[in-house]
Amino acid sequence: MTPQTKPSLSSRSLDRLLPVMLLPIAFIALGPVARLLLEGIGFGDGFTTEHLTTVLARPSTGTALKHSLITAGGGTLLSVLIGSTFAYLVALTDIRGKGALVFCLMIPMMIPPQITALAWMQMAGPSSTILKVLELAPPLGSPQPLHSPGGIILLLGIQHASLVFLTLRAGLRMIPADLVEAARMSGASSLRVWTQTVLPLSMPSLIAGSAMAFVTALGNFGIPAMLGIPAGYATLPTLIYQRLVGMGPSVLPEVAVLSLVIGTVAIIGVLLSRYVLSQRGFGLVGLSGTPLALNLGASRRPVEIGLWAFIFVILALPLLALCATSLIPAYGVTLTFSNATLEAWKEVLLTQPVTRRAYANSLMLATGAAAVLLVVSMPLAWLMERRSSHLTRLLDALIDLPYALPGVVLSIACILAFINLPFTDLTLYGTIWIILLAYLARFFVVMLRPIQASIAQLDPAMEEAAASVGAHLGRRLRDIILPLAAPSAAAGAILVFLTAVNELTVSALLWSSGTETLGVVIYNLEDSGETVMASALAMSIVLLIVGLMGLVQAGADKFPKGVIPWQS
Amino acid sequence: MAELEFSNVSKEFDGVSALQDINAQISSGEFVALLGPSGCGKTTLLRLTAGFEHPTEGEIKLGGNTVASPKTFVPPEDREIGIVFQSYALWPHKSVFGNVAYPLEVRRVPRAEREARVKEALSLTGLNALGERMPAQLSGGQRQRVALARCLVFDPSAVLLDEPLANLDLALRASMHEVFSMFHRRTKATMLYVTHDQGEALALADRVAVMEAGRIRQFAAPEVLYREPVDCFVAGFVGDGAVVSARVTGRSENNSLILNVLGQEVLSRSATTEPSHVSIRPEAITLSNDAPLRARVISCTYLGGRFRLTLDTAGETLVAFSMHRAAIGETVGLKLHDLWAFRDPDADVVTMRSLTNA
Repeated sequence: MTPQTKPSLSSRSLDRLLPVMLLPIAFIALGPVARLLLEGIGFGDGFTTEHLTTVLARPSTGTALKHSLITAGGGTLLSVLIGSTFAYLVALTDIRGKGALVFCLMIPMMIPPQITALAWMQMAGPSSTILKVLELAPPLGSPQPLHSPGGIILLLGIQHASLVFLTLRAGLRMIPADLVEAARMSGASSLRVWTQTVLPLSMPSLIAGSAMAFVTALGNFGIPAMLGIPAGYATLPTLIYQRLVGMGPSVLPEVAVLSLVIGTVAIIGVLLSRYVLSQRGFGLVGLSGTPLALNLGASRRPVEIGLWAFIFVILALPLLALCATSLIPAYGVTLTFSNATLEAWKEVLLTQPVTRRAYANSLMLATGAAAVLLVVSMPLAWLMERRSSHLTRLLDALIDLPYALPGVVLSIACILAFINLPFTDLTLYGTIWIILLAYLARFFVVMLRPIQASIAQLDPAMEEAAASVGAHLGRRLRDIILPLAAPSAAAGAILVFLTAVNELTVSALLWSSGTETLGVVIYNLEDSGETVMASALAMSIVLLIVGLMGLVQAGADKFPKGVIPWQS
Repeated sequence: MAELEFSNVSKEFDGVSALQDINAQISSGEFVALLGPSGCGKTTLLRLTAGFEHPTEGEIKLGGNTVASPKTFVPPEDREIGIVFQSYALWPHKSVFGNVAYPLEVRRVPRAEREARVKEALSLTGLNALGERMPAQLSGGQRQRVALARCLVFDPSAVLLDEPLANLDLALRASMHEVFSMFHRRTKATMLYVTHDQGEALALADRVAVMEAGRIRQFAAPEVLYREPVDCFVAGFVGDGAVVSARVTGRSENNSLILNVLGQEVLSRSATTEPSHVSIRPEAITLSNDAPLRARVISCTYLGGRFRLTLDTAGETLVAFSMHRAAIGETVGLKLHDLWAFRDPDADVVTMRSLTNA
């Protein structure tokens, strides 16, 4: 048998074609952000700092910035407190039921913030159904205590605690067990081990987790919108929302500057944490992997009870309140066994055209984003891992940006980029496509990273073996890479779906009549006083999300390590 | 079955040279081992042959056709070369049958013929009963056999093996030697076998290319490498024994050289008239109490049937076999015979000095 000397067309043309894929991806993922930066310096009307100076000089900008820093800062402190307590206890001690505990702690992060806010509002205040049942409700007319900076801080803190928890626990896993054993052999008590060995070693991940919580809190729209707007307490994201909704696209240059302000604060936060990290990096040497399990002894049971009680208060109680509200016939009525009704559920899920449309839109957007990203990420991840070039490395470094930047920033960026399609009179603004494009840009990394991780773990010899037996690139991708990366890709797709269904911030600025998403409809229902229907809709979404999370959890042992965020 | 030809092949990775000026011809059906310490370039040469790397310079021909040169490059999938990886690289999502059938699926071989050929390959490698298993359920030796069957099934013109036994235990290695020999007899494929284990190379190959620092130092049959190494590296790397510097003092009637080795006049075979070193294999030393060359015993290990002695004489360490245990520190007499003298390319300076001294 003699080898063919003529170069095979199919494999080589595909090899040349793949890098071309990078261009549209880079355009969709990074184009809007680049366009936003240009807008800040007056792109289109010549270089000008006019927008910059007028917006920055306005007192409302300063106030909103101050409010943003206060709520995000306070929320971060609370997140660190909750997240690190859980992380240290789960990662280092012998408490039981860790898996269930972690799963429950993850739920607040996966539930859309406006649903969290809605649920907590049903737990406090004069109209709280659950307080009425317990006859603990404050008199009518007394203020809702959560409509305050304190309320925003509390909910931001709870919502993002899991970010601190996950980063810190991943860091704690890296601490070699023999370091702790060595400390104990030297005669240190559990507490000393923690303060003198574990705490300093885990400081980098604690700082990294705090930075993530801060940036996410800064960009959070749902919570300050639900709690801050009624109290007249505006943060930068809600200020942008109010401007844009109130005045329309004419204020685009102005809100572009505002979103640049948030983006700048977020980037300063990240850079600051990187700087602090670089000052105190430790090279950890030793074997990790053996999970630490410091013996809590007699205090194990009280600690377990404490943790579960906390989970009950931050998760079960608000959801119970939300559920209770969804069952009453009209807002303000006290829930009894005789008047409990599924009327609101029926109305929201079956009758109301807006909610049905929103369900359809959200599911379509989430499925569409997950599907498109799945198809694109597979070859792209392969390209980045196996045909690494300057271009792929640059894309690799920048692709985090649309996800890391606050959602408001990305939304404004997308409006600017797609309001006038180049060379045409078409606009995507007001259509569902702009939301889809924004989702594609925003959730790209959520899909890409797990696939990248699983391809990186594949022995390159797998592909070389296929090549040597005669399989061309296309077949290798289809027969070898695709099936082996499929579990991670599935997990990535479900994560994209979950995050996209949750999404409010981006769609809040991009929706128009007919393209509402679930997040938007909940916000609008609550805003117009339809709290009971909002609760029913919110409850149905919570059930959907917990169900999907359970599905991912059920397949946990099929995915490579690190694919499921709450099991990293 | 096809011959393999390397002309002036060089390979650089980011400016660092990995292979220099490789020239070699491997005939059709020959079993060649690439032997050398880690980092010597043997795996790079294998990967160039497979088509996973592009040569920086030079040309590789397979069956008379150029597969890699500055102008042409045939990708691995079009070379009809089978490869067995050190990690086996079985596809974990395919069964044993699926793994072995894949090369035929890619070639669109009809189902009936495909099944027959897979069954034949499986039975040749002793895997008949394991077709339905997944790779994860196999032992190391079984995985190795699957990798071989996957090569065997599509009748490649050449088969490359990259340290295929490195992950197996000693007992399995011996049995796999037989499998490889059977495989070679059966397919008559040209085989290129990378290893750092000289025992494997000498036992299996028709010819062995000894490599060091990106070059082929010697390319010859195992017995030639052992008896007639071309330089100090090959003499030291292949086989047991010692390399000692030597000086020519004369020539005997039957054309062998008379050398001064360790202060003694000895006869030596050689391919050159100006050797710088001799290779002294353990078989070339006879222990004799009245011999003038005296040595001190440094160590004595029992090999089963005989003892291996390391001996110190005039600062050189020699290796000899003995039927009797020797006490450490004891002095013994040595007779040297049937030595091989060669000129080491790096030894020019030494020879120049010894010439001026003479």
